[in-house]
Amino acid sequence: MPFILRRLAFYLVAAWVALTANFFLPRWMPGNAVQNIMSKFPNLQPSAYAALEAMLGVGHPGSLWHQYGSYINDVFHLNFGTDVTEYPASVSSLLAQSIPWTLVLVGTATVIAFFLGTALGILAGWRSGGSLDRVLPGLMFLQAIPYFFLALVLLELLAVKAHLFPLAQGYNAELVVPGWHWNFIASAIDHSILPAFTIVITSVAGWMLQMRNVMITTVGEDYVVAAQAKGLSSRRVIFTYAARNALLPQLQGFGLALGFVVSGAIVMEIVFSYPGVGLLLLNAVTSNDYPLTEAIFLVITFAVLLANFIVDLVIVFFDPRVRAREAAR
Amino acid sequence: MSAVLNVWRRLPPKAKVGTVLLGLFVLAAIIGPEVAPYDPSFQNPSPSLSMQAPSAAHLLGTTQSGQDVLSQLLVGIRLTLELALYVGVIAGFLSVVVGVTAAFLGGVWDEFLSLMTNVVLVIPQLPLLILLFGFLPQKGQLPTIVVLSATSWPWGARVIRAQSLTIRNRDFIAASRESGEKTWRIIASEMIPNEVSLIAANFVNTVLYAIGASVALAFIGLADLNSWSLGTMLYWAQSQQALQLGAWWWFLPPGIAVAIIGTSLVLLNTGIDELGNPRLRVSRTARRIEGHRVWGTDPTPVLAELAATRGRVGAFLHSFSRNSLLDETPAGGELR
Repeated sequence: MPFILRRLAFYLVAAWVALTANFFLPRWMPGNAVQNIMSKFPNLQPSAYAALEAMLGVGHPGSLWHQYGSYINDVFHLNFGTDVTEYPASVSSLLAQSIPWTLVLVGTATVIAFFLGTALGILAGWRSGGSLDRVLPGLMFLQAIPYFFLALVLLELLAVKAHLFPLAQGYNAELVVPGWHWNFIASAIDHSILPAFTIVITSVAGWMLQMRNVMITTVGEDYVVAAQAKGLSSRRVIFTYAARNALLPQLQGFGLALGFVVSGAIVMEIVFSYPGVGLLLLNAVTSNDYPLTEAIFLVITFAVLLANFIVDLVIVFFDPRVRAREAAR
Repeated sequence: MSAVLNVWRRLPPKAKVGTVLLGLFVLAAIIGPEVAPYDPSFQNPSPSLSMQAPSAAHLLGTTQSGQDVLSQLLVGIRLTLELALYVGVIAGFLSVVVGVTAAFLGGVWDEFLSLMTNVVLVIPQLPLLILLFGFLPQKGQLPTIVVLSATSWPWGARVIRAQSLTIRNRDFIAASRESGEKTWRIIASEMIPNEVSLIAANFVNTVLYAIGASVALAFIGLADLNSWSLGTMLYWAQSQQALQLGAWWWFLPPGIAVAIIGTSLVLLNTGIDELGNPRLRVSRTARRIEGHRVWGTDPTPVLAELAATRGRVGAFLHSFSRNSLLDETPAGGELR
């Protein structure tokens, strides 16, 4: 079986674990949506319990196996039930509204941070002990600052004091109507610069440190010395000999670090009131909106698994050894 | 005493700075609540004491409801460090148990435990934490410790397993096995003492992670908001718009405290690394992302005999891991 298929199997196992945890958690933990509504409206008769269950579709008829089967079936058909707080909107429609915001902003910012950090890491690793190394303690401090704290300080300085950027939200709801026209897109871009900037400056240090360290190890390899001895230009030695090989561990790290990137993005959306999945998740949790909370958890997890799978594909593409080994098998 | 002084003298400067900074905060955590000048929750009704800038009576000023910020900080440091310490100890223990067991039992067990570790690693942490906290009936110090410990062990388990695998094949382990030592004795008195520096580094990393995660969770309101920790201080400062009202003395101290604790832990860890491995001193610092060690190229030599110990089922399970990509032999003879 090819490597990629095996990795796919691994991600399916991980997805199944997440799905199953998501199924059993609400059944183990006390409290549910119906009780929540009942306690909000004390004058509801106890007989309304069953009616509320049926309305929200959270009643659990049948055996555990039966419930599990219909739960998996629902997830496959993207049917996450009816939302509790924004009844009668379906959970899927709420998700569909917020996913594009997160995907565009976080995706772009992460890719920028990855490439910028990797490029800086290549430079710092090539000239280890040089001027870029002297900013390392500063980078450590930057990494140790809680992400949201830095975001709030930047928001205060650049948006509140200097009026360079808008304060919050994904677009200016008073002036433009969402749609595919330039006014809306311009407003959305304007609102995304500061959040994206904070993601980039807090995560670029991690990529840079990792790339630098791998690069230092690679630069010491014999084939790099040989390439220099042949009289190749520094540029060719750096990029085609050293960086290309140092990039593989960096890519592997990229897959594992995605979980952290997503976490940072959630907090970012909360700080900037950005209309994405993270803000939706926080609102869902604080209002005890269980169906929505569970659905968002699944969506984020599946997105991270998918991104990891794409990283695997890229690694196979970049590493000739893997391809050779696959062919030999 | 002179032994302690000797160790201190040999410490790299980075580690010295880290130790001193961390020591200050640990001291604050120990004596803080006793020396706090006011009750952190006491709301001074006098309007002149609302949002007062730092003064002699209130060294870090007051909050909107007249609470003393310095007292909140002193009490908050203890709660945050206490939580991180517990998480570090519990998660560190779990990492050692899983990592060493996987490496020592080998074969199917190893691959099964590694698979579990990788599955937990690949599921994004903060959404999982938020989901768990959403269902918890109560929020507070104990639930946070339990949840953070339960989700933060896989990083350490991975690293400790890799190290245990190399130690397991050394001669002194084989010698003690030949001399009829019991398995648990080999693990407890031969293997674990050789991993102390790694376990220490892992502990420091987990503490760092626990501080960051608990502060972030408290900041978004998923904590006991009636107790004072660095996270809940930030939560209240943010929800009562400290920054917009210009009360920097209210908002900056907890954030900067977290940042300094974090930096001191990173410095300490880098120092420990350099102390144990002189090659690192010149050029390499630790590779970390968000406080966690990320392993790049593995300097450990490939041990070919491992392929033999990996049974058929073990090799099958192993082939699903990303590391199987770098295997030299089809059966999986590589270490990590």
